[in-house]
Amino acid sequence: MSDPKVRLGVDIGGTFTDVVLEHHGALTTVKVLTTYDAPERAILDGIGQVCTQAEVDASKISSIIHGTTLATNALIERNGAKTALITTKGFRDVIEMRTESRFEQYDLNLKLPDALIDREHRYVLDERMGASGQVLKALKPAEVEALAEEIKAGGYESLAIGLIHSYLNPAHEIMVRDIFAKALPNVTLSLSSEVSPQMREYERFNTVCANAYVKPRMRAYLTRLTEKLAGIGISAPVFLMHSGGGIISLDSASEFPVRLVESGPAGGAIFAAHVAAKYGLDKVLSFDMGGTTAKICLIKAQNPKTARVFEVARTYRFKKGSGMPISIPVIEMVEIGAGGGSLASVDAMRQIRVGPESAGSEPGPACYDRGGERPAVTDADLVLGRLDPDNFAGGTIQLSSSASERALDAHVGQVLQLDTTTAAFGVSEVVDENMANAARVHAVESGEDLSGYVMIAFGGAAPLHAGRLCEKLGIRQMLVPPGAGVGSAIGFLKAPFSFEATRSVYTRLTEFSPPQVKEVLAELKAEAGDFVRSCVADAPVHYEFRAYMRYVGQGWEIPVDLAEDEADAPTAERYQAQFEAAYANLFGRIVDGLDIEITSWAVKGSTAVPQPEKVSVATAGTAARADGARRLFDPASGRFVDARTVERDAFEPGQTMDGPALITERETSIIVPAGFQASMQSDGCLLVTQTTPARAVEPSQMERSA
Amino acid sequence: MSTEALSAVSNQVMWNRLISVVEEQAQTLVRTAFSTSVREAGDLSAGVYDLDGNMLAQAVTGTPGHVNAMAESVKHFMREIGTDNMFDGDVYITNDPWMGTGHLHDITVVSPSFFKGKMVGYFACTAHVVDIGGRGFGADANSVYEEGLCIPIMKFAERGAVDMGLVKIVRNNVREADQVVGDIYALAACNEIGHRRLVEMLEEFGLETLEPIAEFILENSYRATVERIAALPRKSVTNDMTIDGYSEPIRLCVRLDIEEDHIRADFSGTSGIDKKAINVPHVYTMAYACYALKCAIAPEIPNNAASLSPFRISAPEGSILNAEHPAPVALRHVIGHMIPDTVLGALHDILPGTVPAEGAGSLCNFQLSIRPQSGGNAPADARRAEVLMFNCGGSGARPSLDGMNATAFPSGVMTMPIEATEHTGPVIIWRKELRPDSGGAGKFRGGLGQYMEIGTTEGHEFDFSAMFDRVRHPARGREGGLEGGATRFELDDGTVMRGKGKQAIPPGRIAFLALPGGAGYGDPKERDPDLIARDVAGGYISADAAERDYGYKAKS
Repeated sequence: MSDPKVRLGVDIGGTFTDVVLEHHGALTTVKVLTTYDAPERAILDGIGQVCTQAEVDASKISSIIHGTTLATNALIERNGAKTALITTKGFRDVIEMRTESRFEQYDLNLKLPDALIDREHRYVLDERMGASGQVLKALKPAEVEALAEEIKAGGYESLAIGLIHSYLNPAHEIMVRDIFAKALPNVTLSLSSEVSPQMREYERFNTVCANAYVKPRMRAYLTRLTEKLAGIGISAPVFLMHSGGGIISLDSASEFPVRLVESGPAGGAIFAAHVAAKYGLDKVLSFDMGGTTAKICLIKAQNPKTARVFEVARTYRFKKGSGMPISIPVIEMVEIGAGGGSLASVDAMRQIRVGPESAGSEPGPACYDRGGERPAVTDADLVLGRLDPDNFAGGTIQLSSSASERALDAHVGQVLQLDTTTAAFGVSEVVDENMANAARVHAVESGEDLSGYVMIAFGGAAPLHAGRLCEKLGIRQMLVPPGAGVGSAIGFLKAPFSFEATRSVYTRLTEFSPPQVKEVLAELKAEAGDFVRSCVADAPVHYEFRAYMRYVGQGWEIPVDLAEDEADAPTAERYQAQFEAAYANLFGRIVDGLDIEITSWAVKGSTAVPQPEKVSVATAGTAARADGARRLFDPASGRFVDARTVERDAFEPGQTMDGPALITERETSIIVPAGFQASMQSDGCLLVTQTTPARAVEPSQMERSA
Repeated sequence: MSTEALSAVSNQVMWNRLISVVEEQAQTLVRTAFSTSVREAGDLSAGVYDLDGNMLAQAVTGTPGHVNAMAESVKHFMREIGTDNMFDGDVYITNDPWMGTGHLHDITVVSPSFFKGKMVGYFACTAHVVDIGGRGFGADANSVYEEGLCIPIMKFAERGAVDMGLVKIVRNNVREADQVVGDIYALAACNEIGHRRLVEMLEEFGLETLEPIAEFILENSYRATVERIAALPRKSVTNDMTIDGYSEPIRLCVRLDIEEDHIRADFSGTSGIDKKAINVPHVYTMAYACYALKCAIAPEIPNNAASLSPFRISAPEGSILNAEHPAPVALRHVIGHMIPDTVLGALHDILPGTVPAEGAGSLCNFQLSIRPQSGGNAPADARRAEVLMFNCGGSGARPSLDGMNATAFPSGVMTMPIEATEHTGPVIIWRKELRPDSGGAGKFRGGLGQYMEIGTTEGHEFDFSAMFDRVRHPARGREGGLEGGATRFELDDGTVMRGKGKQAIPPGRIAFLALPGGAGYGDPKERDPDLIARDVAGGYISADAAERDYGYKAKS
């Protein structure tokens, strides 16, 4: 019999599959290598290990929350199903023509990414909807039937159907589906009006193509997974983490697998939001830094912000525009090529550049001594005293400081006439500055000022750089939670069941029709509610309403949150007031006398998540006993200082340690810069607070509440 | 560690930061702008300057045309306003084509940046607004006076207070007053965001002025650029290119002289000023000539006063590339976008295997003025609308890559989604897809142009303001590559239309466009047969063309 207090979180990542077992409040975690040929094998292996460790019988597991990079990888590696696109005549090349622009202005040898579906697999139908949803040219069933024969001969596994203006009137897409479903029973179908009912044909078509492309594989994988689980006596339902930070049912995931893209990073953001909830923090910057990338996300009121479009599979130095746009609800974050393995070099302007090229795990940074000759961020960290060469990864990898020094000298120091330490400092500063710039731009785009934010740092490399990042961003406090290495999988267990339904319906406030608005929102609410109840039939569902609004003539909408009564009894006046408040907050001042329009609507339904027990912050306490000392480079003063060290496991709640200090753990070390103090909290989180501010800043949230 | 070593590191960090500051400045403009040209297409620019008016960093946006046009502009503002007359909270403005970026539709806004009561530098930005009055955006004006309102260099705001008189004048002279005034406010806001970030940076690094970092940036950029130039063979080369023009063909001629520490590009021999609005002010010629040279010689060096200074550009007064007041200049881009292919063609003799074959060149833009059909039988919901679209032909094939299909070069602006365009007015885009067989054949094929078909919903007629070239002068191939497809503009009843100028489209007719393709590179006979097979399978080239141009027979 399953036990409702035993749940499992599983995150399939690029290198590792993380398995987290939650049993009666305790967490047991395991990392196993991802098995690409049959990903369920690693999961079964991990489940076996984690159950043995926790001494819990696998049959006790009551639910499994699963996130995976498999969909993302299929899009990056282009190994999805044989897929065709069915589109409106005259628009065969929308997904290939993109925005007709170059994402890099000065590269004469720029290569644009290939369209996901090759031109010979793109078919057209002679039909057309207009911009008011009116039929300009009716679709003839006979033409669709003839096309079905052609498709049959083509041997396709999956079809994407994307017609112009279908987000306003899906009738033609539905007609195509009905005819194809009969004629081609073994082919999976995806409609753009269901996968992503939003204006802008390039984004919508791309999204439906991506969905169709990963659908057969994901569906087969999920079926195999449930069968294999049943084989070892686990009958628990499997739910999937989606990119928007919620959980959907297996059936929804099989129907809309594109929503699983970026589910791992979304889990990380949920993890940070959970920690924020424990500490009652309303303004959090989540900072997740691994081997190749860093992800930065703003979390306000313990709720990560969502966006409606993002890019996957960037092909050119993580550059905006070089990937595929996917328009689905997604947790808004920036991801840049900055991780422990990011490689450093000096360019023509004698500027140090770091990343996005990464040393990966093979050969790895120079200090791994496995043939890597170019300096990585980890090499700089080693030279600056942040890592202990004899105790890296629990002592399993012996790091070579001399190899790091050689690499830094050869590729940075000698070029710029800098000594080894300065070269290492330069590399570290540049990567920190890159991340700080990404965070600043992200904050501006969200209309936020970062002073007063608290950072939550996780991922292998984050604790080494978080302190300096705080200094650069004027952030005075950070938390480093335990289990940071499997943060995403823990996050899955903290996520609500949720689904966001969206639709483009143009409305000007001067032509505002309350009954129409009410109807749109009611429909979206019903749609979102149905999805959530397909996971949990009886749980109460909480709804959030949002309109995307702008001045008539602008091109970028801003999200405007609406209260439930504004959805039930909408008025133009209240919508205008809400919009103007949001606009002024973002851009300083409103523009007088212009009409305002709403371009699209979103309703998110979600179940409540159990509120975590609040942790009361302890900053004053007895000093922890240092177990050693290490020479640590202090970026603020530009010299080496003596830093005390302590093992994280020996650091007890209530104890404190002043920086400069290093708190060591198996996978990484937490750097406490000079002028900061670390204090261990009752839940195992380490709180690092600035004690001597470099410049006048506002007190942070925790200080105010204390 | 020495203080010198430390400051070397912090200079590195600050240079990165300034680039990020101007990117943020540009993003703010995109998010708050009204004109489609700015917000969808990215036709804008933003930069930061030191007290001498030297540009230190510039956002990489869609418009190389603004590259050093804007750099020059700030010096004009310093002279016209007078630095004694500059105060915290001031915002200056102009759209004078010869003081800004080459036509009245570009509004340039400059704001001084004050820190601790002292001026430390300037922020400037430019954007293309939807209308500036006069005849409207098009090729037909006979002088700049017909092209709309000219705002001389003046204060838009003094100590934070906006000149409402100026706002009224603008409002009463342009067709889309809300959008244009909204855009001016967006320009001012974007400088303000830049200024705030700069102040944060100065505080963080404990600086009082920009001088130390300016020196570091300018020195390093100059040295890097000159190193690249010094590595080139000292040679003089020439090239010329003939294009359609308005009613007469236009010849663009260039001579490049590579010297030890600079390159001269001179456009002597180029055609004279045209009667119609396709003339190019010198600032715009400089911008596109510099852009071409930088792409080929020093692509990764950021734009600033020093990295641009070794490129010395000149064109004879009275030529179409150095048009003086009051020449009409609204469509300066149609000719200006052809400058890079002209310059790159000359560079080919110095840097073989580097530059592409010729491409479509200018953006294939058009503006529609739609109205209810005349004769009184228009439906009740018929309305007026101005619709501007940016579209692209194919780019030229590269020495080791095919050209890019329907992708802008040299411009970097974006097209608008047709679903969005159809919401702006009663227009219907019936077709927008690749144009097979328009990419010039070669070992590497030119990029394909595109087909478009444009009509309206029932009961409307419209004027079509065309801005196309390469009707009679298609892109030329390199090293044996063949030419790209020429532009065609006709109606669905077969009527052939002119490539430039405003033309009436009767009710019910559909405008048909075949936008030009890029030219090929290398002998078509040397093309990899697998690539030909792929092109035939995808319909990029027809089986007939494969046989005719490549001698390729499809296996049956």
